[in-house]
Amino acid sequence: MAAVLNDSPTDEAAQDRGIHAKRQQLARTLSRFLPAAAVLTAAEDLRPYECDGLSVYRQLPMLAALPSTTVEVESVMRAANAQNVKVVARGSGTGLSGGATPLADGLLLSLAKFSRIVRVDPLARTALVQPGVRNQKISEEVAHLALYYAPDPSSQIACSIGGNVAENSGGVHCLKYGLTVHNILKLNIVTVDGVSVTIGSDALDSPGYDLLALMTGSEGMLGITTEVTVKLTPKPQLARVVMASFADVEKAGEAVAAVIGAGIVPAGLEMMDKLAIHAVEDFVRAGYDMDAAAILLCESDGTPEEVEEEIDKMEAVMKAAGATACRVSRDEAERMKFWSGRKAAFPAVGRISPDYYCIDGSIPRGALAHVLRRTDELSAKYGLRCANVFHAGDGNLHPLILFDANKPGELEKTEAFSAELLELCIEVGGTITGEHGVGIEKINQMCSQFNDAEREAFFDVKRAFDPKMLLNPGKAIPSLHRCAEYGRMRVSGGVMPHADIPRF
Amino acid sequence: MDTFIRSVQDRIVAAHSSKSPVVIHGGNTKSFYGAKSIGEAIDMRGYAGVIDYQPRELVLTVRAGTPLAEIESLMDQEGQMLPFEPPHFSAGATIGGTVATGLSGPRRAYAGAVRDFVLGTRIINGKGEDLHFGGRVIKNVAGYDVSRLMVGALGTLGVLVDISFKVLPKPALETTLRFEMDQATAIQRFNEWAGQPLPISASCWDGGCATLRLSGTNAGVTAAMQKLGGEEMPSIDARKFWSSLRDHGQRHFLSTDKPVWRLSVPATTPPMDLASGAKQVIEWGGALRWLAADVDAQLLREQVQRVGGHATLMRAAAGVASGIRVFHPISGKLAELNANLKRAFDPANVLNRGRLDNVSS
Repeated sequence: MAAVLNDSPTDEAAQDRGIHAKRQQLARTLSRFLPAAAVLTAAEDLRPYECDGLSVYRQLPMLAALPSTTVEVESVMRAANAQNVKVVARGSGTGLSGGATPLADGLLLSLAKFSRIVRVDPLARTALVQPGVRNQKISEEVAHLALYYAPDPSSQIACSIGGNVAENSGGVHCLKYGLTVHNILKLNIVTVDGVSVTIGSDALDSPGYDLLALMTGSEGMLGITTEVTVKLTPKPQLARVVMASFADVEKAGEAVAAVIGAGIVPAGLEMMDKLAIHAVEDFVRAGYDMDAAAILLCESDGTPEEVEEEIDKMEAVMKAAGATACRVSRDEAERMKFWSGRKAAFPAVGRISPDYYCIDGSIPRGALAHVLRRTDELSAKYGLRCANVFHAGDGNLHPLILFDANKPGELEKTEAFSAELLELCIEVGGTITGEHGVGIEKINQMCSQFNDAEREAFFDVKRAFDPKMLLNPGKAIPSLHRCAEYGRMRVSGGVMPHADIPRF
Repeated sequence: MDTFIRSVQDRIVAAHSSKSPVVIHGGNTKSFYGAKSIGEAIDMRGYAGVIDYQPRELVLTVRAGTPLAEIESLMDQEGQMLPFEPPHFSAGATIGGTVATGLSGPRRAYAGAVRDFVLGTRIINGKGEDLHFGGRVIKNVAGYDVSRLMVGALGTLGVLVDISFKVLPKPALETTLRFEMDQATAIQRFNEWAGQPLPISASCWDGGCATLRLSGTNAGVTAAMQKLGGEEMPSIDARKFWSSLRDHGQRHFLSTDKPVWRLSVPATTPPMDLASGAKQVIEWGGALRWLAADVDAQLLREQVQRVGGHATLMRAAAGVASGIRVFHPISGKLAELNANLKRAFDPANVLNRGRLDNVSS
């Protein structure tokens, strides 16, 4: 979102020649140990890698490698390191913050071929999987053992476990079951200089600093993950969901606090506002209350006895908090129906608007009413509609800004709206990203959330793993220089200066 | 309070430039843990108090010098708890020491460890810089997870200043069941049970008896009791049992004339014959084993490492300078990464120098 000045044409030509030479050199080296089909250099072959799930940012990589073993990854990294080539790792490419956006002078390292579940240990409740394995495939594979892998990001049918580690992905059940960092035990990583290191262990802790926590959510900037040992959780025997309607959003927010205040930790607790409700109801007919200003979905899971007790409590709390209507799923089919609307929220919004832009701020729940009011004001100010979907249980907001990229200036307005919303999240004591990562998308707002010394400490951590700054550079942590630029660009009116120059 | 932190900063800046070490401490209730570290003392108990506690947010922010007992009694009034059941060992334990040592209690295998509940920290690094990482919200992936890196680092990466935690409601009902069984059976059962949707919150095998704690809703716990059988322990005895286990009380840790080893191993590891006739106490569903015995440290570590675990000398025998390394050695690239991180946070090696004796500086 920051302005980049175009290089002059002659510089560009020289740069192209330099990239071409570097590409040929690295491709030659890689072809010594990778099959020909695993080294891609032609533009048409590289096209599928030009963006991740944040498709407004596109860039062809210099070349791509598709290794299929840890030993091959080690060799690739040794070669790239020796030739000082930057490396961007990629799983399924579903990330929403541009973390896997390629670099024009970098190698794109696809881990798509690492798609094997190596070993499941039913007694220990663990699975050793390769990073390219899809999140949902793990749960499918162990379903017959009445176990599952708990973190369930909404992209779970497609997203890879390696990407989940890189982003510390969450999902709708993380208040009770935790994020990726709580559900992995051990990694094999390949360092920038091509050495395999075991991080964590099959025990519950390991000697030295907690590098497992540090690796989780590090956005591919500290090492390349080639193996993941995940914890498996016993599948709850039963789950039921309460769907409550509220006449205003604030009341719904209070109901969320009341549920937590009553000592309940729901398996899932989600909120949707009117615009989101209408968009999904027109799309999937989930039976949502079209008159409600907000609805809450509150799930209980466990043994039948636990669920019965908890559902009664939840219903009582909702009613006491002013719910205008309350329905409890009677069977699994109805539970799935209630959830179908929430799960279809993004595509449903996609139907009512040519484009939408998803925000990922996290806030203390107490600030919800204030943040939603301000969101409404910003929506009016920019003339852009905004549908609110909210992981209410853990304070993670997903406002969806509706826009049309074909209308001149509308993407820029959307970006400015988004930037103001993220600043607001910081202001109320929250964070710019709850689960989607910083990537390139929110890198400017990192300048607001962290001061110079803190960002420098992040770079110190990076250098401890990657002294030459070759792993996914330019993502997640902004340089001092970049923050200075951003400081100059920010204006309190929210309108970015030079709206007509190219941005990425 | 700001002046307290500024003075700590000043002292670390001075220590950094003169390369003279400081020893950061709270209540000294866990000073037995870790290698000896010498230097000018920085007592964090002068920096105490709850900064923010929002029971309805499930978030607590406290100053590092706050007594653990004070925090627990405050949370108790709200029907909440620190889910990792931290050991006190003796009166005066602080929350800063709890996070620095990273030691969790009996609930750890079922609810999570200290690191799992830390949301954010404010630290002073080895250059004297006052830095904030993470925050007060449950989901937060902005920047590297430096907060969790501080857990168990024994103050060697930074002085803990403020810490935010995710907290949880206390279970409505807790009950403890006992089963007579040998060690091998207990390890097998603990793992089988943990694979079922049962509200288990702690497990222990000690002297021919498996003890299991159930925590949850009234209906859930009652149903699980019926399913599991066993003999119910009176609740007063049960509370004493688990707090003794947590704090290494006499009941479980009879020996003071022998070193106590903490063996962290994969939970399904079969019984390990490590020293003939020596007492072992098992926790965490088999993943944590305590051994009180005079053993060859290197041999022990080789045995434990072979099964995928590591061994820490938790307590040396009273009055004996053992000369044994406290923490399990690490080598190769992993050792290099650890040393690099230490240098990144504390370039002059002044913070609790040498206390984490498997990380070089």
